[in-house]
Amino acid sequence: MNTSKIDVAYVAELARLELTDEEKAVFQPQLENIVKYVEKIASVNVDGVPPTLHGHTVVNALREDEVRPSMSRDEALANAPGRTGDEFLLPKIVEGAES
Amino acid sequence: MSELWKLGITEARAGLAKGDFSSVELTQSIIDRVRDRNGEIGAYLTFDEEGALAAARANPKGVPLAIKDLINVRGQPCTCASKILKGYVSPYDATVIRKVKEADFICAGRVNMDEFAMGSSTENSALGRTVNPCDTSRVPGGSSGGSAAAVGGDLAIAALGTDTGGSIRQPASFCNCVGVKPSYGRVSRYGVTAFASSLDQVGPMTKSVTDAALLLQALAGHDEMDGTTPDIPVPDYAKALEGASLKGVKLGLPKEYFIDGLDPEVKAITDAAVKTCADAGAEIVEVSLPHTEYAMAVYYIVAPAEASANLARFDGVRYGHRSDKSDNVFNLYARSRAEGFGPEVKRRIIMGTYVLSSGYYDAYYGRALKVRTLIRRDFEEVFKKVDALIAPVAPTAAFKIGEVQDPLTMYLNDLFTIPGSLAGNCSVSVPAGFTASAHLPVGVQFIADAFREDKLLRVAKAFEDCV
Repeated sequence: MNTSKIDVAYVAELARLELTDEEKAVFQPQLENIVKYVEKIASVNVDGVPPTLHGHTVVNALREDEVRPSMSRDEALANAPGRTGDEFLLPKIVEGAES
Repeated sequence: MSELWKLGITEARAGLAKGDFSSVELTQSIIDRVRDRNGEIGAYLTFDEEGALAAARANPKGVPLAIKDLINVRGQPCTCASKILKGYVSPYDATVIRKVKEADFICAGRVNMDEFAMGSSTENSALGRTVNPCDTSRVPGGSSGGSAAAVGGDLAIAALGTDTGGSIRQPASFCNCVGVKPSYGRVSRYGVTAFASSLDQVGPMTKSVTDAALLLQALAGHDEMDGTTPDIPVPDYAKALEGASLKGVKLGLPKEYFIDGLDPEVKAITDAAVKTCADAGAEIVEVSLPHTEYAMAVYYIVAPAEASANLARFDGVRYGHRSDKSDNVFNLYARSRAEGFGPEVKRRIIMGTYVLSSGYYDAYYGRALKVRTLIRRDFEEVFKKVDALIAPVAPTAAFKIGEVQDPLTMYLNDLFTIPGSLAGNCSVSVPAGFTASAHLPVGVQFIADAFREDKLLRVAKAFEDCV
């Protein structure tokens, strides 16, 4: 396993998280340390071992696909940071488009 | 009626049934106590006094409950102790809230926590400081630190917490209360803000094992809104406690839990608890969980990975904080999140994104899931031989506020609680004694096989009766 090569600035960008230079400087050694710690699992023999995705496995929890009562539009929009009519209002996201 | 706030669920229900006091008097007593003490303890973030009294007037059997601030109660805030959810008002009740209301509990007070349940001291809350009611210079533990401080400090009759890697059990140990982490799938998480979905469970934090059984009874069971809750019948937990005894009970002592990092005073209390059980007729068997030393590494891959996915929903679009400095879609996400999340949440999102990223997925996340299987198998083997395990809850008693600064050192708090969380079994922290030097409470942990909360609570009750 590669040792602790986490590039915090790059990964934060992948995670859509803007970091200040100060945060990058603090997080970089902290996360290197954590990555180094978790690398101890590299020494475990896992040949032929299946993965565990849940503490308890329920397979195919299905129900009939039927319409049920749900939240009203007003309730669903009540916490929106921006609203116009019955829709979420967002800043313009099409880059380069004329406004 | 004075000092009704001292009561637990059992005594409160008995008093209400006998007509010794009314639900309004009980609720008012909690309100008075919170007004008197919360300024110092900081357990509650908000308390809807009018709503609580209205609920008490409407239900003469009503008993107030403190709710960790990541469980949705319709019409109340649900901040997860994060700036990103400041001002959010829940549009619906979580399934556990619907169920506790049906079981005559009143949900009006919201208690502090580490932001998004990430932490072991409640110091990661962005919205307030909670101190340990047993020693106000110390942390209450975490992440359910507000729940534990409310119950341990008698600012609540009982509380709901959540546990992902130890977040109910460790604060229960620090604040001298009982805390149950139910088996994965025993309690619905619908309406509970997700941290790590393969691990999160809601559980009771109470003043006695009997209270924990009563509250768990209300919480447990299949919910069609949470596909991870199997339709396994829920036993009568109060009935399971009748005649609880340790006579002939086989208790496993996992040798991997007695390591150098275990504080000598905590070890002494744990040893004494083992002796108490043996004296009460339990058969103590040394057992081995050989993959224990890898559990924390697996957890700090799996939990951040799931958290990074779960917290992707906080993007400034549909609810939560939106940065007013966004000039394009990338900045809308990146700046809203930068302004809204605290440092520990940011660290875990970065860690989780890293272990899931191309080129690292197999070595970290993929491999961690396989080691998790080995950890689960360790427990499966052991539960063929013993009824339950007895172990420490956390390596130390409550530490000083500000004492632990390094994230990795903080993570070590969950060394003994994480393995059971990864395996999906059930466990409980029960008060076991006080340290000699600083007179701090220390709990002992019992662990039982998945969906055997009846067995777990029976052992815990028998132990509680002995100490």
